[in-house]
Amino acid sequence: MSSVAADASSPGPASAGPGRRLGRTFTRHPWLGLVSTVTAPVAWLLVVYIGALALLVVTAFFKLDEASQKPTSEFTLGNLDTAFTTSTFIWTVVRSVGVALAVTVLCLVIALPMAFYISKVAKPWARRGFVVAVILPLWAGYLVKGYAWRAMFSPGSKFAASGSGGVLQSTIGWTPGFGKAALVITLAYQWLPYMVLPIYAGLDRLPSSLLDASADLGGRPLRTFRSVVTPTIVPAIAAGSIFTFSLSLGDYIMPNIVGGTTQLIGNLIARTLLAPNQPLAAAFTLWPILIIVVYLVSMSKLHAFEDL
Amino acid sequence: MNLSPIAQWALRIFTWLGLAFLYLPLVVVVILSFNSATSLSWPPRGFTLDWWSKAWEADGPREAFITSIKVAAVATAIALVLGTLAAFALQRYRFFGKTSISFLLILPIALPGIVTAVALQNSFSRRIDLGIFDFQVGFGFHSVVIAHATFCVVIAYNNVVARLRRMSPNLLEASADLGAGGVQTFRLVTFPLIRSALLAGGILAFALSFDEIVVTTFTSGPGVETLPQWILNNLTRPNNVPLVTVVATVVMLLSIPLAWLAQRLSDDARASYL
Repeated sequence: MSSVAADASSPGPASAGPGRRLGRTFTRHPWLGLVSTVTAPVAWLLVVYIGALALLVVTAFFKLDEASQKPTSEFTLGNLDTAFTTSTFIWTVVRSVGVALAVTVLCLVIALPMAFYISKVAKPWARRGFVVAVILPLWAGYLVKGYAWRAMFSPGSKFAASGSGGVLQSTIGWTPGFGKAALVITLAYQWLPYMVLPIYAGLDRLPSSLLDASADLGGRPLRTFRSVVTPTIVPAIAAGSIFTFSLSLGDYIMPNIVGGTTQLIGNLIARTLLAPNQPLAAAFTLWPILIIVVYLVSMSKLHAFEDL
Repeated sequence: MNLSPIAQWALRIFTWLGLAFLYLPLVVVVILSFNSATSLSWPPRGFTLDWWSKAWEADGPREAFITSIKVAAVATAIALVLGTLAAFALQRYRFFGKTSISFLLILPIALPGIVTAVALQNSFSRRIDLGIFDFQVGFGFHSVVIAHATFCVVIAYNNVVARLRRMSPNLLEASADLGAGGVQTFRLVTFPLIRSALLAGGILAFALSFDEIVVTTFTSGPGVETLPQWILNNLTRPNNVPLVTVVATVVMLLSIPLAWLAQRLSDDARASYL
């Protein structure tokens, strides 16, 4: 930042004016360079984000003023008690984790063969095309894709003439309808590229000669996969799963669109916030925060962050 | 690995089925934008261009589109500055707390959108009194920009840091040996080398902001409606659903060259999608 500003004030490239002197100061005191680069981004994230998260945790301990529906500054453990001991809410959390895990597994099952084909079987010239083809749907709009799946799964009306249902109903005569299955498929659809790409990148760094060497030493494909491929892609899978798990866990819009009566923790938070009951909504958000922090820590044990 | 031809074919067919899974819903949306019926029912009743002309004439989607462009442009600019600074700090220096800073960068995108949304809505709505500073952020265009910039920083960071990692430190030494100062080296060596990474990161951050709905819903103020907000509001109005399919088709078409460009400019697949 400061170097750019100094550059604008220096008269020309050949001058040894203030710009040069500044450069020398920076070389002599490396900490100056560190401070001038690290301060702004860290300050922004601490003030805007960590500050907001801290305030959120504090808000969870505030009592709601029933009349004005605004949080007071009176201390209470009531919100946490409600959020963490009510059995319906605990079941919502369990259901959310279940859906997020199911989405992650489904993404993995689809992504693994695709990534392997693209990086190791497809012709080298075709690889970039496949990668772009996997990325492109990410650009198509999250909401629109959700509604596209609504159009796919829609069961139609029992009373209307044929052809009133969704794409699946009217072409293959069957649809899972709106519910958990539709929700898991739609979320897996939304986040699939986030799983394919890290695995592809991980496999791409694995030289094909290693696979050949394993085969030459008598390793059958399954043995090669277990002993050579798996160790290299575990960090990549862990990295991909951070997206599929975390994005599914907190989603509340897809449950509204294709989930039927299925409610996730995100729906609970959004509904409580709009009620409006900010303190209770804040208490509910502690669930996903705790779950994600535990998830991130366990994934970092698998070296996920090196592949992120 | 010596895969049998059958295994190779199985993988090929599976991959094409996977791609079909990715594209089928998009094709459905494009087809429905020409459907003469108003519902999302299948098969389409007949061909019409009505929705395209109605969408072209309507003010709502155009205004929302412009709002989204403005939000994404400002948020991207902030994110690029902050992300680039962070990339230089973490790549060039060793210091205490380095890993917690990379954790800090990833957090706004790793935590579910609804958590970020509730946290920012809560803090923006409060009067913050720190003695010297007494302010309230409030809700409007600026609050959406602040929120979007926060989760876009990591994307700019990822792209720039990937480029800096590949950059040989010898280049900086060579520049210094030839008598260039720090500023001149930045202008003539470092900046030209990271320029395309900045562009790629910028495109990706822009795209993320352009499509965001959850945080936007809870941080935007009255009179601010981004394109995803317009889409969400109109998908519940049966008569406007076909307009949404038209808008969606247009956005998809516009995004193809951008996606292609971002992919070309990025260093590796890892940095190119996050």
